[in-house]
Amino acid sequence: MLAGAIRNVVGTAVVQTGRVKIDVPPLVENGNTVPMTVSVANPMTADDYVKSIHVFNEKNPQPNVGNFYLGPRAGRAQISTRIRLADSQKIVAIARLSDGSFWSVSADVVVTLAACTEEVI
Amino acid sequence: MASALINVPKKAKRGEIIEIKTLMSHIMETGYRRTATGELVPRDIITSFACRYNGVEIFRADLFPAIAANPFLSFFTVATESGKFDFEWIGDKGFTETASATISVE
Repeated sequence: MLAGAIRNVVGTAVVQTGRVKIDVPPLVENGNTVPMTVSVANPMTADDYVKSIHVFNEKNPQPNVGNFYLGPRAGRAQISTRIRLADSQKIVAIARLSDGSFWSVSADVVVTLAACTEEVI
Repeated sequence: MASALINVPKKAKRGEIIEIKTLMSHIMETGYRRTATGELVPRDIITSFACRYNGVEIFRADLFPAIAANPFLSFFTVATESGKFDFEWIGDKGFTETASATISVE
């Protein structure tokens, strides 16, 4: 499921490891709101910039977390948000650069109280 | 009902990289939860966010149920000129919400 979602974004391109960084707590008590920052080492100039950042997860009911579209005007290739994690799992972030290359990194998070699938009271 | 919180610096130097933070009040119901009687609660999430700087889109995001309730987003842009930031959130069940902020660039 995770591999399929990544294929939908990158197509047949080769995804290289590196350049991208995920900042996420390694252990969270509550999977309902997990702060996450993704940054890419890139100068963000008119001819060398990050076009988009795609975040995926391994074990939620759906593999996508978010797609974030930047441009050379961003100045810094970094986004932050808060995510839900249904289980202890791996998060993958992939950056698409202006030269067409893809870079990725993954991070493991241990979740003690899961999100998403609990009962509504 | 819905309300937005926006954090944009009021002033910036030309060429400075500024951080923009946004928070939109929204339940972000995943569509995977069930009630006590076993019925699936229909999905109700914000699916898209965009930010325009003097009419030009500088940031856009597609959101999925894995984004936490009351979606928080922070991103950067280069302060190029004085003007206005327009923010737009679009979601399920016809949800649409806008907000704006001004900046003065010296």
